[in-house]
Amino acid sequence: MKKLLLSSIIVLIGFTFIGRLSYLQLFRFSPDQILDDPAIKKVYDYPERGYIYDRNGKLLVGNQPAYDVMVIPREVKPLDTLEFCTLLGIDKPEFLSKMEKARRYSPRLPSVLVPQLSKEDYAKLQEKMRHFTGFYIQKRSLRYYNTKSAANVLGYISEVNEWDLKNNPYYVAGELKGRTGIEQQYEEILRGQKGVKHIQKDRFNRDIGPYKDGKLDTLPQQGKEIHITLDKTLQEYGEKLMHGKRGGIVAIEPKSGEILAMISGPAYDPALLVGRERSKNYSKLHYDTIAKPTWDRSILAQPSPGSPFKTLNALIGLQEGVIDEDTNFRCYHGFYVGNTLRGCHCGGGVRDLNSGIYQSCNAYFAGVFRKIYDKYETTDKGMSVWEKHMKSFGLGDFLGTDLPTGAPGRIPDVAYYDKWYGDGRWAASTIISNSIGQGEIAATPLQLANMTAAIANRGYFYTPHVIKSIGNKGDIDPKYTEPRYTTIDRKHFDPVIEGMANVYNYGTARWLKIPGIDIAGKTGTVENYIRIDGERMQLTDHSVFVAFAPVENPQIALAVYIENGYYGARYAGHIASLLIEKYIKGEITRKDLEKRMLDKTLEHEYAKPYSGEPFEINEYVW
Amino acid sequence: MSGRGPFGRLDWVSVILYALLVFIGWLNIYSTSVGEADTSLFDFSTLYGKQLFFIGLAALGIVFVLFVESQFFERFSSIFYIVSIVLLLGLFVFGKTIAGATSWYDLGFFNLQPSELAKVGTSLALAKFLSDIQTDIRTGKHQIYALVIILLPALLILPQPDPGSSLIYFSLFFVLFREGFPIYYLGILIFAVVLFATTLMFGTVWVAIGLVILTLLVYTFKKASVKIPILPVLGVIAVSVLFSLSVNFVFENVFEQRHRDRFALWLSLEKDEEKLDEIRKTIGYNTYQSEKAIESGGFTGKGFLEGTRTKGDFVPEQHTDYIFSSVGEEWGFLGTSTVILLFSLFFLRLIYIAERQKSDFSRMYGYGVISILVFHYFINIGMVIGLLPTIGVPLPFFSYGGSGLIFFTMLLFIFLKLDSNRLKDGI
Repeated sequence: MKKLLLSSIIVLIGFTFIGRLSYLQLFRFSPDQILDDPAIKKVYDYPERGYIYDRNGKLLVGNQPAYDVMVIPREVKPLDTLEFCTLLGIDKPEFLSKMEKARRYSPRLPSVLVPQLSKEDYAKLQEKMRHFTGFYIQKRSLRYYNTKSAANVLGYISEVNEWDLKNNPYYVAGELKGRTGIEQQYEEILRGQKGVKHIQKDRFNRDIGPYKDGKLDTLPQQGKEIHITLDKTLQEYGEKLMHGKRGGIVAIEPKSGEILAMISGPAYDPALLVGRERSKNYSKLHYDTIAKPTWDRSILAQPSPGSPFKTLNALIGLQEGVIDEDTNFRCYHGFYVGNTLRGCHCGGGVRDLNSGIYQSCNAYFAGVFRKIYDKYETTDKGMSVWEKHMKSFGLGDFLGTDLPTGAPGRIPDVAYYDKWYGDGRWAASTIISNSIGQGEIAATPLQLANMTAAIANRGYFYTPHVIKSIGNKGDIDPKYTEPRYTTIDRKHFDPVIEGMANVYNYGTARWLKIPGIDIAGKTGTVENYIRIDGERMQLTDHSVFVAFAPVENPQIALAVYIENGYYGARYAGHIASLLIEKYIKGEITRKDLEKRMLDKTLEHEYAKPYSGEPFEINEYVW
Repeated sequence: MSGRGPFGRLDWVSVILYALLVFIGWLNIYSTSVGEADTSLFDFSTLYGKQLFFIGLAALGIVFVLFVESQFFERFSSIFYIVSIVLLLGLFVFGKTIAGATSWYDLGFFNLQPSELAKVGTSLALAKFLSDIQTDIRTGKHQIYALVIILLPALLILPQPDPGSSLIYFSLFFVLFREGFPIYYLGILIFAVVLFATTLMFGTVWVAIGLVILTLLVYTFKKASVKIPILPVLGVIAVSVLFSLSVNFVFENVFEQRHRDRFALWLSLEKDEEKLDEIRKTIGYNTYQSEKAIESGGFTGKGFLEGTRTKGDFVPEQHTDYIFSSVGEEWGFLGTSTVILLFSLFFLRLIYIAERQKSDFSRMYGYGVISILVFHYFINIGMVIGLLPTIGVPLPFFSYGGSGLIFFTMLLFIFLKLDSNRLKDGI
């Protein structure tokens, strides 16, 4: 016993140690520990973010240098605080609190003292910098905007947040990432790939040389430039016209589905979301819950489309063979649903397809709508046929555009009304408002523009998109180059387009003709309501207009939606007309028309419901 | 029988194991202390260069020991002991303070740590006393003499302060156990330690319940023929519970916070993740970094000179007390288990040698040497891999340090010298 005691203890200790070491080195060890090894610091080499050009190669977004003032607290020597603060443009308490924050973060590591100095401030500071030991200037790259337009489409970049860090291992705290619009959609192409250097560190976090002689290091890959389909000139002009107005405009090139302009009013300068004032500006824009500048109305607003929708009902009527060009309906300054007269502004009389469209006769389209439904034994069957035709125009669902946001709009279906009214408790007459684009129908300006492009193409469209080419090769997603056909035969389009052309010749937009350009269009005037403090009130109608031009070989199709702009030909029609002229001719011949649109604002209209007093809507004088 | 010179009957297995351990130790010191600019192995401004110099001194020491007559050590063992005690006392006047402990004499080229020398002296003196024909360890009087021999240097070292080295002297009790000191003393000690730890972990109530259940189990499963009187058992339980209560009292009222923290860390008493994090950054920092470094080595390790945490000096005192963590990081599980294996074989070989001695003095001294080495090894590696609380003792032959290496070497080689002479002892 006594001879074996020490030997057994030694063996026991040996086994205990081996056991503990197996636990530590075999069980607890994981090979990717290198990633969170505190002894290895990764230093990143960021490539320049790719530039964004418009369809004609004009620069929209580039980069600009910015200068951060950095501090390493323990290297700071006593300094002339007052002079330094003046140079930096901050006051002393702010300076002291920032210094304290930096010191608390780490006395040895650099912190940002003042971020993103402008070039001018930098120039002033640079010559004095040597007086201030412990401070230095670090250059970094910011977005530079060569336009004051298209803020929502282009989107902005901002620092990654915790959610990004958790969900995408690529990002490291402090990096920038495309947050909305094209910057978000094409983030990976624009940003490139950062390079990484592994640096061996000691426990005081000091560098002591490259880890494994840089065997694991990678070089940065440049971000690629992209060309987008927007036309800088048209976009900027459109935003100018939108001055003082709220609404959305989308212009599409029908033969390619390329989005030429995407305007949301009120617009704002994209440069507001860059630099030192960024967060202040962002709060201002984001928390304006009435005008909502950051809410892109061109793709998110979903008003009822109004009369432009009549063209689709005409096409469906023709396709289903329930009407032809000569089919007549009489307008009694309205039409009867049961014993109720629903009004119409067309002037009354007998209407055929052509005059029904250009005079925008409600009675005519109510008749067409009924005929479509009457063709089938049940309303349900009629409804689903109608719904199928409508959806083939890209309505009632997301279009598949290459933008990170969007809205589906709404084409109601059988299930929708069964839920509303109950199974079998509704008929074509119940939902007759759909015939004139009111009722339960909703569409974004993008969907309306796309629908117009499909009409311009006589039966097909390309998924609207903003990407034109990527880098040098120019390849884009093939889904944007394949036509999507509607369920309407080509031959039915011509009579409808003729009606739309007559809107300009004799109809609701005859004041807006452009000399030398044949336009086909359709006005829309949309009733709308708002609820403020629980009180529902009717506001001045929305002004809607869709158009394409030239009628033969269309180059542009657009939809204009102006909130509370009253009837279609007023604001929306004017703006559509000016945009078409600008795009096709390159200049405006009707200067008085242009001046009127640039000067007029709708601010007084938007202020009405918040004035707290009773107000008139749809005022004749403007 | 090969040659009759001083190296003649040396136990070459032990010598080779010793040399291997010193060599591996030096490789790791090199790894922890080499810098980018260092080119020469013999640069004495570097730690590895100095250690190489100390290895040279140790080799000289070996030659010196081997050339001395083996009777010299037995005859002068009391002198060794007295010199050691005097040197320890001298520290109170002439001592040099390094890192808060007054444990060194400054010899200019070399800092002498007498507590290392005293391990040799005490082992020799204890062996001399026990092997005396008149000594009977079973008598209380002689037990007390033996205790005094062991505890005197321990008491002198404690206030330096160097509780680690002081604790080492308790290892010499194994010599007493080998020579007939009642082993149940050890049993009581272990029982007390277990009670101490379990009380802190589970509380007195659970300890009492555990003891009662244990007793019931023993009574249930014992052979009917074995009679265990019930009263003494109840007495033991009562004393244990009292002890357990006193543990709580001592822990809360006598210990200081830093001691409590160490035990809290060791026994995983702290469950609050935030406080645990705080402990890791303060008193548990060394252990935490050391465990992390070892863990990151995995099965094969990161390779010689490739240990990122070793290079980054993440583990404090890595070249001295925490040298084993460098083995763990750079050589992985293969390296650490090899070192454990080498140490175990080395110790077992020394026990084998001790048991073959004809001279009582040689055997007892051998046991002293082994006990001291094993205790260092147990406490050091146990601490580095996080099994034991932080107690600063070096790993023999591995850790950087001149006094340590030289006196461990002399401690060992005096024993090997005695062994090489064992055949003459009977004459």
